[in-house]
Amino acid sequence: MKRAAFLLVLLLFVGAPAGFAQTEPSGPEKLSDPAQEARAVALQKQFRCLVCRGESLDDSGASLAADLRRLIRARIKAGESDQQIETYLVDRYGDFILMKPPLKSGTVALWFGPFVILLVGGAIAAMVILRAGRSAKAGNKSPPFI
Amino acid sequence: MTGEIGQLSLCLAMALALVMAISGLSGARPGAAVARAVASSATIGFAVFVIVAFGALTYAFVESDFSLIGVASNSHTAKPLLYKITGVWGNHEGSMLLWILVLALYSLLIVFLRRGGERLISAALGVQGLLALAFLVFLLFTSNPFLRLDPPPFEGRGLNPLLQDPGLAFHPPMLYLGYVGMSATFSYAASFLITREGDGNWARAARPFMLIAWIALTLGITLGSWWAYYELGWGGFWFWDPVENASLMPWLAATALLHSSLATERSGAFRSWTLLLAIAAFSFSLLGTFLVRSGVITSVHAFANDPERGIFILGMLVAAIGGALALFAWRAPSLETGAAFEPVSRESALLLNNVLLTGALASVFIGTIYPLLLDAIGGEKISVGSPYFSLTFAPVFAGLLLIVPFGPQLAWYRADPRATLRALIPVAVFAVLTGFIVLLLSVPNSAIAALSFALAAWVIGASALDLWRKRQSGRPTFTTFAAVIAHAGLGVTLLGVTGTTLWRSEALDVVRVGGTMPVAGYSLRLDKLDAYAGPNFEAVRATVSVLRDGARIAVLTPEKRSFPTEGQATSETAIRTTGVSDLYLALGDQRGPDAWTIRAYVNPLAPFIWIGGAIMAFGGLMGLFARFGRRVVVSSVDAVPAE
Repeated sequence: MKRAAFLLVLLLFVGAPAGFAQTEPSGPEKLSDPAQEARAVALQKQFRCLVCRGESLDDSGASLAADLRRLIRARIKAGESDQQIETYLVDRYGDFILMKPPLKSGTVALWFGPFVILLVGGAIAAMVILRAGRSAKAGNKSPPFI
Repeated sequence: MTGEIGQLSLCLAMALALVMAISGLSGARPGAAVARAVASSATIGFAVFVIVAFGALTYAFVESDFSLIGVASNSHTAKPLLYKITGVWGNHEGSMLLWILVLALYSLLIVFLRRGGERLISAALGVQGLLALAFLVFLLFTSNPFLRLDPPPFEGRGLNPLLQDPGLAFHPPMLYLGYVGMSATFSYAASFLITREGDGNWARAARPFMLIAWIALTLGITLGSWWAYYELGWGGFWFWDPVENASLMPWLAATALLHSSLATERSGAFRSWTLLLAIAAFSFSLLGTFLVRSGVITSVHAFANDPERGIFILGMLVAAIGGALALFAWRAPSLETGAAFEPVSRESALLLNNVLLTGALASVFIGTIYPLLLDAIGGEKISVGSPYFSLTFAPVFAGLLLIVPFGPQLAWYRADPRATLRALIPVAVFAVLTGFIVLLLSVPNSAIAALSFALAAWVIGASALDLWRKRQSGRPTFTTFAAVIAHAGLGVTLLGVTGTTLWRSEALDVVRVGGTMPVAGYSLRLDKLDAYAGPNFEAVRATVSVLRDGARIAVLTPEKRSFPTEGQATSETAIRTTGVSDLYLALGDQRGPDAWTIRAYVNPLAPFIWIGGAIMAFGGLMGLFARFGRRVVVSSVDAVPAE
């Protein structure tokens, strides 16, 4: 019985994730003002669909994403700035909704880690090359094996 | 019966894996010829039993033997034969059995190719035995594919419809061929650390395995990306999803390994680093398995969500990586170092390549793991999406592409800097011109597009020129082709990524039968809607005429399929490709008796993404041809007097 329950959960789980399984409940939302629409599209790309794989609101077909797309447009229409809309969404959903994680104390290692590793690697490589160069100058030649 | 045959075979395979591990590792001693012979035989026996078990499971799926839980929950009698077979690895248990099957096949290959000295081979088989043992214990005790169900149901639950697709049918085996292929290189590296037989020749001995795994991984990633493109219905080809990153990390490590081991093979340079990369490449494969299999990340690929299994795989991960690193720390310092080469040389270029690949790998690794760790230690939940990778991965990879053309031009040990620069002047001119033309023609003028195209022209141009020059100067060899072709493939993929990312047009509209919608200069007319029944699904097929200036140039038929057994719907996209650009249609949802939403994209250069991947794999194949015939005869066994 436990096994069956597990299988059922598994099945539900497998059935749930894909974005397109849920579809938008109403027609495509578009603002009549092209400048506002462009702002909406640009904003859509910055926020994450909360229920899909790494897709932005712009890519996603999930109904929650469609709701948020409409919400963004409603707020643009109401005259809010991009910054106000971002603040509103982050207050509501946390940093999780941002496709680009903000730089703060908790994400310093995230943002700078790769470059630190690159620099350390570069420094080691430079040392190896200098040493190998000195060795070559001294007349050493590492013999080919075969 | 098949269940029992499978179960018994797995138990026997596990026993033989233990024999493999013990006899293989004892065979590392100079005099132990008997142990070596036992290790070879045990490997063959182990592989045979794994093949039998896999065959039994496949048979159960084909025959729809619903008395097995795995079959009942992942198959259905109405499913087409192809998907009954692919259903074998479309679930956690079966895919772990596939993992072991691939491990067995590589172990067989080690036995039959006999690359390297006797002791090197024997200890490599021993390490493979240890890996096999760990995975068989995992399979039998936490994920047994042969568990029975009593009473058996009349009908199965079917397979996730997303997975019922030819592209995905071959994606997992290809990926596993890559992941697990890294085990052979890992085993050779560990074996070398144990036996220290043949110096840098372990890398030469392991080269074919490295190449096969790299080719398979390249193809696997390419197939996966192509599948996501046409099956998910949103026109994207790479989402920086943790599961995708999980396959990219071993690829980056393996690519670094392929390059650094060239230097190690030739002159013993970077020998410790190459060993470390061999360990790293397989470690990232294991990490990928852990990420996907443990359910740590929830996405379409994670079929199982069982913490017990996660902890087991994590344990194996720690044991394998920790053990190998401990071995490395213990034995590597005694390896003599002190390679000698001039600062301007092939060696330096390969080192720079490795630094940049490591930086790119660090970006993917940190970007994938960081949110999981932050979440685990109770920090805030964050998303690391494509903007992060555009800022960290992309510039490092661009730097890598910038140095790619220099590599093949530089001589080993000491290269003439002026001659190298002179040789590349025509390519540089070509690249700059390409950049300018793109800058002037692109609407709006895009500096990023210009830089990307210049970079692609730089890489492809250098490959073309190199190939042409070598043809002039004599008979080109497979070795010549390999690097040049693989590098060119990288440039082609860059073109595809740039075109699709920067110049995609999209449109979304509700269309009635007889109505039209515009997209990027085309007009799409919905001609009719047909309902039809497939073998295990119901479908609506839309017939859409593609019009350009009023003339019909193509008819596309996107579909929406619903799978009643699985209670899911999939979108079958319709793509018209000219080879340089895709017109991509996906049916959305019904908005009235004869009205549907249609999503349309024009993705310029999209096919180049996957063509580039195929070209890279082809380059790898050339490298394999160049290497495979060359038998490595380095046996210290003959040199050591019998004890």
